[in-house]
Amino acid sequence: MELVCPAGSIPALKAAIEAGADAVYIGFKDDTNARSFAGLNFTDAKALKALQLARSGSSSHKATKLFVAINTYPQAHSWPRWQRAVDQAAELGVDAIIAGDIAVLDYVAQTYPEINLHLSVQASATNRESLEFYKNNFGIRRAVLPRVLSMAQLQHLSKTSPVELEVFGFGSLCIMAEGRCYLSSYVTDQSPNTGGVCSPPKDVQWSDTPKGQETHLNGVLIDRFLPHEKAGYPTLCKGRFQVGSDIYHALEEPTSLNTLDLLPQLKAMGIAAIKLEGRQRSPAYISQVASIWRQAIDQLGTSAAPKPQWHATLAELSEGHQTTLGAYHRPWQ
Amino acid sequence: MQLSLGPVPYFWPKQELLDFYESMVTQPLDRIYLGETVCSKRREMRWQDWLDLARFVESHGIKAVLSSLTLIEAESELKQLIKLCRQDEFLVEANDMGAVNLLSQQGKPFTTGPAINIYNGRSLRLLQNLGLARWTMPVELSRESLSSSLMQAKELDDAPLPETEVFAYGQLPLAYSARCFTARQRNLAKDDCGFCCIETPQGINVKSQDGEELFTLNGIQTMSAKVYDLSTQIEDLKHLNVDSLRISPLYQGTAEAITHFKQAIDGTVATQEPTIPLMDVSNSNRICNGYWFGEPGMAVK
Repeated sequence: MELVCPAGSIPALKAAIEAGADAVYIGFKDDTNARSFAGLNFTDAKALKALQLARSGSSSHKATKLFVAINTYPQAHSWPRWQRAVDQAAELGVDAIIAGDIAVLDYVAQTYPEINLHLSVQASATNRESLEFYKNNFGIRRAVLPRVLSMAQLQHLSKTSPVELEVFGFGSLCIMAEGRCYLSSYVTDQSPNTGGVCSPPKDVQWSDTPKGQETHLNGVLIDRFLPHEKAGYPTLCKGRFQVGSDIYHALEEPTSLNTLDLLPQLKAMGIAAIKLEGRQRSPAYISQVASIWRQAIDQLGTSAAPKPQWHATLAELSEGHQTTLGAYHRPWQ
Repeated sequence: MQLSLGPVPYFWPKQELLDFYESMVTQPLDRIYLGETVCSKRREMRWQDWLDLARFVESHGIKAVLSSLTLIEAESELKQLIKLCRQDEFLVEANDMGAVNLLSQQGKPFTTGPAINIYNGRSLRLLQNLGLARWTMPVELSRESLSSSLMQAKELDDAPLPETEVFAYGQLPLAYSARCFTARQRNLAKDDCGFCCIETPQGINVKSQDGEELFTLNGIQTMSAKVYDLSTQIEDLKHLNVDSLRISPLYQGTAEAITHFKQAIDGTVATQEPTIPLMDVSNSNRICNGYWFGEPGMAVK
């Protein structure tokens, strides 16, 4: 079972490699990937450096694979940027391109048939027929699944999937089917599909008011915090809203996904890879999270139980300091 | 320019739904999309009921298209999708790539709803080669994006383009989740939902804490609170060679919206007059059209 770790910078990439990542995924420094934040991601020169670092691996183990996410949706006028990103990844000789748009997938399949294609979570493929579509038409080798399936559904899909499956293990939790969520562009002018970003930082406002600290997104009040509450980033699906006479987290509380406890079952199902979310996170975060998951994967098949401090550390690093099994756990739904 | 009626996104009692379509078949519509697109647990209408309804629609000279479920997770949902895609009586609107696969493998022409991600002309041509006869632009895209997609598709190929439909009126479908937000609002688990969304025929309104209209909870779907309305843009839509406009049903006022659009298309009313937001005629804040202009969807121009 492969551990796939995020990196938004060279220090983060080094941290992931040192912590024992089997593969690291990165994006180029533009809107061709779904973490298009200022100060993040890799120029051509940095991407080359990333590849060299990955190839040399860490002090303790073999080379690490490098994947490049080109997983947003080009519009006709911006197509050359996505084409260039694919050309650049191909020229580097990366181990896989992660894509979701069918024009991008088609371009990779036609132009660089030797490159491993992974279907991005942004393609929103949740069932066998959808996976067949991407395999038949573009020859994908692997698919990253949206965070919408229960364990029973995942188990069934794992038996019938035409390609190997990668699932999210830990990190910020999208509760909507990825690639089909426009909450962000409804309130700002960008969504993950169009702008490579959800709730773009340029639209975020923090303010102290007599009613408490408030977070706004493009002028819309997302949450208001009492003095003892820690204000979270104003992601739309984690906001506190008014429904009838109640004010509550109408969609989801600030929380992170953590499937550490499901790891043995995921392994038994034959899931090929566990993905950690967080290209926007610090090297220190990546280092801590990746180390825990490395140890957890390595001790699978032994009698060792997950260490209690792993959960404590992961909770400490989570949104709102709490974690959930998300859709894997049916009652969450 | 044609007028389509999208699938009813909300969960209505069977008789109410049938009464609704009884009145819709008298409207100046070219096409009606039928079927449950949001939640497979909604079973007021069985498979045979939908087929009967589609035949009823066609007996009134209106084309019926069967729309597929959007988020397909369970094996039972996949089985139903296979059944839908194997029937030969009606055209199918694919709302998931799984449906596209099933239809294209059989060599059947198909149409796509707004949840199929066609963001550029290359994707449009690619799906056309697999049998796409008509597409609905994803709701978050703008007129500029549409214009450039169609131009790109023309540059790639001389073949006629698939028909283009634009979501022109109704609450915008914004997101789909494994979680049911209607059940959550009532502190129920999805497995014990009691089909409670039947009690909220226009969804559940979500406001910010300072009272701004934001979203509508509709089971596992999150919609806009505001009604998207492109009725002031008919000339532009014609100019872009859009073939069809989609009216998405509302609990109240759908017939009035259709009449207004029909008059605007025929040029019998000034298109500068926005459609009255029919759920709440006194409040023009409930209209939005930002997406069309490349702005936040909830904005109004």
